[in-house]
Amino acid sequence: VCIHRVRSCSSIRFTKSKYVCVFDKSALKFSHQQRLFRTSAVSCGQIVQFKLSDIGEGITEVTVKEWYIKEGDSVSQFDSICEVQSDKASVTITSRYDGIIRKLHYSIDDIAFVGKPLVDIEIDASKGVASEEDVVETPPMSHEEHTHQEIKGHKTLATPAVRRLAMENNIKLSEVVGTGKDNRILKEDILNYLAKQTGAILPPSPKAEIVPPQRRAEAVPAAPKDKARKIPVPVPRPIAFAGKDKTEPVTGFQKAMVKTMSAALKIPHFGYSDEIDLTQLVQLREELKPLAEMRGVKLSFMPFFIKAASLGLLQYPILNASLDENCQNVTYKASHNIGVAMDTEQGLIVPNVKNVQVCSVFDIAVELNRLQSLGSAGQLGTSDLTGGTFTLSNIGTIGGTYAKPVILPPEVAIGALGKIQVLPRFNSKGEVVKAQIMNVSWSADHRIIDGATMARFSNLWKSYLENPASMLLDLK
Amino acid sequence: MVLQSLKNCLWLPCVLRTPKACFWSTASGGLIIQSVSNDVYQNLAVEDWIHDHMDLEKQQVLFLWRNSPAVVIGRHQNPWQECNLKLLRQKNIKLARRRSGGGTVYHDLGNINLTFFTTRKKYERMENLKLVVKALKALRPPLDVHVTDRYDILLDRKYKISGTAAKLGRTSAYHHCTLLCNADKFVLSSVLKSPFKGLKSNATPSVPALVKNLFEEDPSLTSEMLLDAIAKEYAMQHQIDHHITLINPADETLLPGISNKTQELQTWEWVYGKTPKFSISTCLNMVYKDSVLDVKVNMDVKHGRIEVCNIDLPEQWLPPGLYSELVKSLTGSKFCPNETTTLVTTLLRLCPQDDELHSRWRLLCENMIRLM
Repeated sequence: VCIHRVRSCSSIRFTKSKYVCVFDKSALKFSHQQRLFRTSAVSCGQIVQFKLSDIGEGITEVTVKEWYIKEGDSVSQFDSICEVQSDKASVTITSRYDGIIRKLHYSIDDIAFVGKPLVDIEIDASKGVASEEDVVETPPMSHEEHTHQEIKGHKTLATPAVRRLAMENNIKLSEVVGTGKDNRILKEDILNYLAKQTGAILPPSPKAEIVPPQRRAEAVPAAPKDKARKIPVPVPRPIAFAGKDKTEPVTGFQKAMVKTMSAALKIPHFGYSDEIDLTQLVQLREELKPLAEMRGVKLSFMPFFIKAASLGLLQYPILNASLDENCQNVTYKASHNIGVAMDTEQGLIVPNVKNVQVCSVFDIAVELNRLQSLGSAGQLGTSDLTGGTFTLSNIGTIGGTYAKPVILPPEVAIGALGKIQVLPRFNSKGEVVKAQIMNVSWSADHRIIDGATMARFSNLWKSYLENPASMLLDLK
Repeated sequence: MVLQSLKNCLWLPCVLRTPKACFWSTASGGLIIQSVSNDVYQNLAVEDWIHDHMDLEKQQVLFLWRNSPAVVIGRHQNPWQECNLKLLRQKNIKLARRRSGGGTVYHDLGNINLTFFTTRKKYERMENLKLVVKALKALRPPLDVHVTDRYDILLDRKYKISGTAAKLGRTSAYHHCTLLCNADKFVLSSVLKSPFKGLKSNATPSVPALVKNLFEEDPSLTSEMLLDAIAKEYAMQHQIDHHITLINPADETLLPGISNKTQELQTWEWVYGKTPKFSISTCLNMVYKDSVLDVKVNMDVKHGRIEVCNIDLPEQWLPPGLYSELVKSLTGSKFCPNETTTLVTTLLRLCPQDDELHSRWRLLCENMIRLM
C-alpha cells in the first residue's frame, strides 16, 4: 500500500504530474486514498530530522543567531540554513538534503544542542541524499557552491543531476549563469558553459538522465539537434529572462522626500531659461584658482554663481521670500541662505551657505568646501540643512543643458545650471569665436513671482557673470 | 589558456581543473601569505575568499595582515553597545563587522592579525595559539606568555595580548587572532567604551580586559619581527619553506570576485543592518528656554532600522500632526544619524514657518540624532 501525499505549500516543486501525493499533515486526507494516479511505486515526501552536527572541540551546545530560511522554503543540498555561535566561533550550518523546510526547532537566541534536531526537512526520495558523514569528503569544487548562499542567504539552485554534471567537468556553479526559474542552473547552462570553454558541444553525460522536476514549463530553448544536417537558418531563440521584480518599502529619507516633492508640485511653477557666456569668468577663475589653493581652498564656479545670485536678490528680494500656508502673507527673508543641491549616496540633499549677502566669494568657497566634505562623509548637521531661502542646482557637473527644477518649499525660486560647453558664437564684430556657454533654467512660484521679475533677475545675474568686473561695483 | 594564467599569478586557488605540473601542488602541507594592504575591508574580504574558494585538503594556509585604525566587531555584536561611534566618526576610524564570532577589537598598525585556515575537520584553535606562544618564546625566551582556556594569550599572567575568534563553514574553517605589538592603547580604550545607556539586547557582549603591548615588555620587539617569528614556527611545524608570499587584496585576477566581497563588507546593511534586534530606553534631557525637559524615548531597532518609536513629549509641545509625522517617518528608517538628519530636515520644509516651532523641532531632532 502506498501512501499518496499532496504538498500544499506555495514554494514546492511539483513533479511531473505522473504522481499525485497527499500530504498527511493537513486535513486533506482524501477518502479515496486507494486510487492510483501513477504507474510506478514510489514513496515521496519523507520528513527527515536534520540534526545539528558536531562542531568540534567537544562543544555540546550553541546559540542560534540567525536563520537564513523559514518554514515552507525549499532548500537545496549545501544551502545555508542558519548561523550559530559558540564560544567566539560562528558556524554556518548547511543543508544535507534537497527538500522543503517543515519545522524550525529553535528561535533566535535559543540554545541548540549538538546531536538534537535542528530543522525538519521534507525530502523528495527520488533525489540523492548526502552521506551521513558530518564532514563530507567532496572533490575540490563543492565547498564553494554555496559561495552566494553563505553570504547572502541565496540559494544557487541546481538539482543533484546538474551538480554532478558540473562536478564531473570541474565547473564552479557560481560561474554559470542560470537560465531556469529563479536563476536555477539547468543542464543546458552547464553544457553552454562547457561549449564556451572548450569550443565544442559535449554530449551529455549518460548518468544525467534523471529528468529534473520542473514547477512549470520553462521557456528554455532546446539545443538544435539537427544543426549538422540542414543549412543553418537563424531561428529566433526565445530569450529566457530569469530576472525578478524586486519590491522594497519606501522608508526614512525617501519617505520624507516623497512628502516634500508632493507638496512642492502643488506650487504653480513657471520656467525661464537663458544662455550665459562664461568666457571671461572661466579666465578669471583660472587666474584665481592658484591663489585660493595657496590658502588651502578649492575654487569652483559655484562661489561666483552664488555671490552673483545674492547680488541679484538684493535688487529683487521677492525671490528670496516665503509664502505662508494660506497664501495670506509673504515674508521677505533678510538672510540670503543659498542652498546648493548635492548628490550623495543617499540621494539629493541641499545644504546651504548662510548669509551670502555678507560673504566674499572666497568665504563662500571655504564654506562650500566644508559642506562638500561633510556631505560626502555623511556628517552634515541639521543647521547646515535647514534655513535655506533660495537654491542653485549645478546639475551640469553631471550633465545636461536645460532642466526643469522643482522648487523646494518653503522657497519660491530655484535655478538649475547646465554644463559649460565650448560653442561657436558671434562676437560684436560679427566674427565667429569660441565661447564658453552655460545654460540656466529657473523655476519660480507664479503665485507671487511674475515672468518679468524672473527675467530681470536672470539678466542681472547673467550680466554679473558675463562681465565679472561689474560685480566689483556692487560688492558690499 | 589555464597554464597562461598560472604563470602570471603568484599562486592560484585549487578550484580550476589544472594540470598536475603546476607549482602549488608541490607545496605540500602549508602556505604562508601576507597582505600588502592595510585596509580592513580588503583584508577581511581575503579571509572570506580563501574560506569560500580554496581547497584546504592539500594545504593549510596562514594569512598575516595588519590594518590602519579600525574597530572590528564580531558577527553577532551590536556596534552601539561595543564602541563609541561618535568618536570613531570624529577620528575617521573605520568600523567593520567580521564574519567570525567573538568580541570587539581595535586594530591599528601596531596590532598584527593571524588567520589559520584549515579544513573543518582539522580545526584546532588551541594548537594554533600554542604555535604562537612557541614562536614568541623562541624569539624572546624570558617572555611570560601562555594560552588560557578562553583562547586568550596572557602576558605576565594578567595582560591580554591576544584575542581569538573563529568561523566554521561546511568543509573549511578559520581561526584568527590578534597580537598586540605596539598599538595605541589610549585610543583603544577610548573607542571601545560605549557611552550608550539604556540599551537592551541579546547581542554577544565583549568581555573587557587589561591589555598590554609586547613592545612595553621588550622595546626591541617590532611587528615585523613577530610576524617573521610566527611564520618561521608555522613553516617548521608544517614542514614547508619559510617563505611568505605577498598578496594584493585588490587583485581581481588573482582572487576573482574579491572586489564584490570587499564591497559587501562595507555596506550599511552588513555593518549595521546585521545587528541583532535591540531596544533602547533612555531619557533625553533637553534644555529649552531656561528649563530642562525630560523626554523619555523608547525604540526597538531590528536589522538596524527603527521598528517602533515612542517619544514622550509634553502635551502640545509639538503640534500633534507634526509629532505623528515624525514618528511615522522614523519608523522603518535606518537608526543612523545621517539618515535621520536628512529625514528631519526634509520634513521641516513642510512645517509652517514659525520660528518657535522650528527651534523646538531642531532641539528634539538633534537630541534624537545624538543617540545614534
